[in-house]
Amino acid sequence: MRSFAAVLALGCFVALPASAQTVKERLPTCLACHGENGRSQNENVPSLGAQQAFYVTVQLLMFRERMRVADPMNDMTKGLSDDDLQNFADIISKLPAPQPASGPVDDARIARAQALVEQNRCNFCHLPNFAGQQNVPRIAAQREDYLVKALRGYKDNSRHGYDASMADVIAPITDPQILDLAYYIARVK
Amino acid sequence: MNRRVPRGTLLAATLALLATTALAQQPQDAPAQAPAPAATVPAATPAPEPAPAPAPAPAPAPVAAAPAPAAPPALPPGSPLIGRPDSNPAAAKLAPVPSPPLATAENKLPLDKLKAPKGFNIEVYAAGMPNARSMALDEKGTVFVGSRLQDKVYAITNRDGKRQVHVLVSGLYRPNGVAYKNGTLYIAELSQISKIDNVEDQIDKSPKPVVIYNDLPKDEAHGWKFLAIGPDSKLYFEVGQPGNNVLHDENHGQLRRMNLDGTGVEKIAFGIRNTVGFDWNPKTHELYFTDNGRDWMSEDLPNDELNRITKLGEDFGEPYCHQGNIPDPEWGWGHDCKDYVPPIALMGPHAAALGMRFYTGTMFPAEYRDQIFVARHGSWNKTKKFGGDIALVKLNKDGSVKSVEPFITGFLQPDNNYVARPVDVMNMPDGSMLISDDWNGAVWRVTYGPNKKVAGR
Repeated sequence: MRSFAAVLALGCFVALPASAQTVKERLPTCLACHGENGRSQNENVPSLGAQQAFYVTVQLLMFRERMRVADPMNDMTKGLSDDDLQNFADIISKLPAPQPASGPVDDARIARAQALVEQNRCNFCHLPNFAGQQNVPRIAAQREDYLVKALRGYKDNSRHGYDASMADVIAPITDPQILDLAYYIARVK
Repeated sequence: MNRRVPRGTLLAATLALLATTALAQQPQDAPAQAPAPAATVPAATPAPEPAPAPAPAPAPAPVAAAPAPAAPPALPPGSPLIGRPDSNPAAAKLAPVPSPPLATAENKLPLDKLKAPKGFNIEVYAAGMPNARSMALDEKGTVFVGSRLQDKVYAITNRDGKRQVHVLVSGLYRPNGVAYKNGTLYIAELSQISKIDNVEDQIDKSPKPVVIYNDLPKDEAHGWKFLAIGPDSKLYFEVGQPGNNVLHDENHGQLRRMNLDGTGVEKIAFGIRNTVGFDWNPKTHELYFTDNGRDWMSEDLPNDELNRITKLGEDFGEPYCHQGNIPDPEWGWGHDCKDYVPPIALMGPHAAALGMRFYTGTMFPAEYRDQIFVARHGSWNKTKKFGGDIALVKLNKDGSVKSVEPFITGFLQPDNNYVARPVDVMNMPDGSMLISDDWNGAVWRVTYGPNKKVAGR
């Protein structure tokens, strides 16, 4: 809740949806929060650049059907047709990929996270460069805070995946490990 | 040996396993402040940071794994990736095939790709139901369709010659199972079973299901349920094994049944990995069920199973023994396949044999009567995919299996890609058969003979 308040304070909700708007007309509203260039500047709001179109379609569908609950997104997707969802997904997948977080790097955390990635085979589905594939999202250089939020959501089951893959693999991962994973993945080129 | 006898042993074994695996896995339970670096941290990052890495001296856990830099560390218990060869690039290409999340528009359904034997016709019965899964039917001809990845149960009504798809209920969690009797629809979600009385009167009124039973595990893996009502007027459902190939407690890997009000729950069969379809032989009233074999053992083994329950409490062997004659390479030690009930038919490797029904209609030729149709959803854990068809299982007089052969094909195309995936089959009162398809979110109808026009179109 707090994060949404913060987002609102940043003024990124220019307008709430009017169901008559076309995809093109709505797009600036999306990018106001998620970032014009594929990289979000807002806390807990994911970067969408180069995201897998299949994955985006699934998420938009889940928002529209309230299978994934996040207030602004449930409102934003109200009334969208199946074609709209796919059009959004196609556009979003063509935005430039986000750039990794910059600044000094804590090598110990990176090493711990790399070991976790290897142990849990994260790169089997997300691929070695974390670009994702089909229903598996790109996570490379995603916002660290959003990665933590997403992983915690899978962990406590407040975020249901479309399928059970993440619920299965997140079960043995601890919260400190989530923090390390997010730290590392946010810095992957 | 019956699973219920060695329960204590099994539980102990499970706990022991968890304990040893946790040890071998090291950082798993490490304290929050300073998880020690795992043994296989790539040498590239030396990690000589300030305090928390006091050298790989005699710390018990990491030492064990230290001299094996080539092999990645053990997977967490229950991981779906257990058993997958790490170094084989062909295996690395295999992953569950994701179904399109949106339903295929009716005019784009791959009708011309599906092939039926001579004399049979296939047509679209209804479209626009994303992830359409198990089916049930009421007296008015309304077809109820569950879903696994969506949150909905659909109703296809057939009123005054007009067929229409309705969303009956939304907001459910993996409502794969549906069953109907005497005005009431029963719905099996991941971890609860509920009912809607007088469902036919509430089709456009967003009825709220009333929970009748929820003493169920919440595991996602094989947690979705097939639901059916037996000749004894009891609800039957499975609780699958919570992972690809795992030991588990006494509340998984089984079939249960209960009264229609959720009372009188009994566990009636054990050693079942994941059944997503069952039906009763109309002659013998014995329960037949499909069971999906484990992944990652090999390209061609084990087979999925068709099983038959001849008495209560039988154990079908999972995860110790697969397809009646293959001891599991890991869990099979100390067990003998002879101690478990073997399948009556092998349904093919990784075939995903799901919904099955005895054909009780009269529209199809007499040779099909009381035989079994099985929806084989099709494999993912196999380089050249297998299944993706409706199989015909022909039976001998004693209810044993004479043959298994493809009946309707084309769901899986020669280029190794799916254009449709069958989940369930169901008899209609006119003798036609419906097939649900979770790839396209559609229901197909199979008829025999020249009158191929769908009633109510």
